[in-house]
Amino acid sequence: MEHILLRARDIPNIHKFDVYKAHGGYDALKAAVKMKPDEVIDEVKASGLRGRGGAGFPTGVKWSFIPKNEPVKYVAVNADESETGTFKDREIMETNPHQLIEGAMICAYAIQATAVYIYLRGEFWDIAHELDKCIAEAQKEGFIGDNVLGTGWDCPMYTHLGAGAYICGEESALLESLEGKLGQPRVRPPFPAQKGGGLYGEATVVNNVETLTNVPWIINNGADKFKAIGTEESAGTKIFCVSGHVQKPGNYELPMGTTFRELLYDHAGGPPDGREFKGILPSGGSGPIVPATDEVLDTPLSYEDMQKIGTILGSASVIVMDDTVDMTWVASKVTKFFKHESCGKCTPCREGTYWLDKVIDRILAGEGKPSDIQLIDNVAKNMAGVTLCALGDFAANPIIHTIKNFPDDFNQHVQPAE
Amino acid sequence: MLAEKYGDRIEAAFAKYPDKRSAVMPLLYIAQEEYGWVSPEAIEEVAGLCEMDPTQVKSIAGFYTMYSEKPKGKYWLHVCTDLPCALKGADEFYQELKDYLGVDEGGTTEDGMFTVEHVMCLAACDKAPMLQCNFHYVENLDMEKIKQKIDEWRAAAKKDE
Repeated sequence: MEHILLRARDIPNIHKFDVYKAHGGYDALKAAVKMKPDEVIDEVKASGLRGRGGAGFPTGVKWSFIPKNEPVKYVAVNADESETGTFKDREIMETNPHQLIEGAMICAYAIQATAVYIYLRGEFWDIAHELDKCIAEAQKEGFIGDNVLGTGWDCPMYTHLGAGAYICGEESALLESLEGKLGQPRVRPPFPAQKGGGLYGEATVVNNVETLTNVPWIINNGADKFKAIGTEESAGTKIFCVSGHVQKPGNYELPMGTTFRELLYDHAGGPPDGREFKGILPSGGSGPIVPATDEVLDTPLSYEDMQKIGTILGSASVIVMDDTVDMTWVASKVTKFFKHESCGKCTPCREGTYWLDKVIDRILAGEGKPSDIQLIDNVAKNMAGVTLCALGDFAANPIIHTIKNFPDDFNQHVQPAE
Repeated sequence: MLAEKYGDRIEAAFAKYPDKRSAVMPLLYIAQEEYGWVSPEAIEEVAGLCEMDPTQVKSIAGFYTMYSEKPKGKYWLHVCTDLPCALKGADEFYQELKDYLGVDEGGTTEDGMFTVEHVMCLAACDKAPMLQCNFHYVENLDMEKIKQKIDEWRAAAKKDE
């Protein structure tokens, strides 16, 4: 099928304003502003679109939480893409930026926002500057800014660059960062969609790049057509970022419900010659690791099916390890990531990641005891669910699930108990 | 002074937000561009412009890793050694690069040209090993390719002098 998101693979140069427009670009926004804002929300609700940043929350439902009669409301586009193994939003913004901009404007219209901010990770320096040019082009033609398409509704759009902090991909930390503060999660409630919980205390929709890029297609083709793609609970396509030990790493936009086997063998070309898949991290560093068994390989990639095998679809950043890899080393790598990226606000995460890293280093150096494995398992289990944001849980996952699924990889490093 | 030299860019940054404080991150980038790092003087200037306490600005500069609180080389090489890149040999690549340039982690070459650091995931996992040079992507690397790039950067720096 044709791509919904990675359309540059079907239509060369669609990143250019004229090419995008020649292929129906901004028609969805034109159609949306002729609808009532609530009708736009209902259409997105009916499509079954769920948040592509990782949490999978129904997008239209999120929009419907925004109070109607507040004079100031915002859309914040989460383009902080920092999860280990994730590189899909980058490709969308580099190759199909206007579709993101159009989707963000449709969202803004639906909630009657007064401004849109696109929060990009600082390393997307060049992308942000290209997006600024795209925004200016769209603004010139009346799609953004004052009196959008003659509706009397004003809505400017701005980019904002972060500066190297994974945590700013967490929605409340992102808003703190936009306000010029340390990117640390907020206590909720109030949630961002509520008065008092969003940007500058105003009700705010925070949506991921991939999520919003789906929206113009939904308006153009209708909710039913979108819902017909994918599975019962996971509508549409998903961009799977495949990295690690495969022949052809890269982004693959496929219908939800595609199995691991199809993704990793048919599309990504299978493991390197002479090797076999051993383990898969389906959602970057943050989701539970699974062994590459036949049962797992035949599991459809959807929100509901991934839960059944004890992991999550998340951002669908699929990191693949072959049979040469020591999973203790994987756990160590991921732990170092979370130790570095913990914002330091909540004690269990700040201290827990530090100690986990220290003990795993000891185990990898051959100086560990069997009780060290129980120790890190115990530390990890005491981090999960007790922090303001999900980073505490994310950091616990690589430990708990690697020990559970690959016990031999840990045991080989420790001295046998006397 | 930043206010005089970068007046237009500073005004454009302020115009984006309803609150001056929100411009602290774009202004710190401007300061870093001008001075090569976020110096104590730069902190004072940015604080004055954003109407913030210098301590608050310093906490921002310290929290976010892309602001450098010490002088660096002309080119910053940020090598990703996170899991997906490491599965493709990024740890070995990073070690070879440090050996080639004769520096340790975070170190700067004697000629002040290159500062080398390892960083976390840069959203380029399918193009490993890779790095960012002053926030621009350089991908699908091996030692031969990076040596060539290093020569190009050195030549470009000479031209600038």
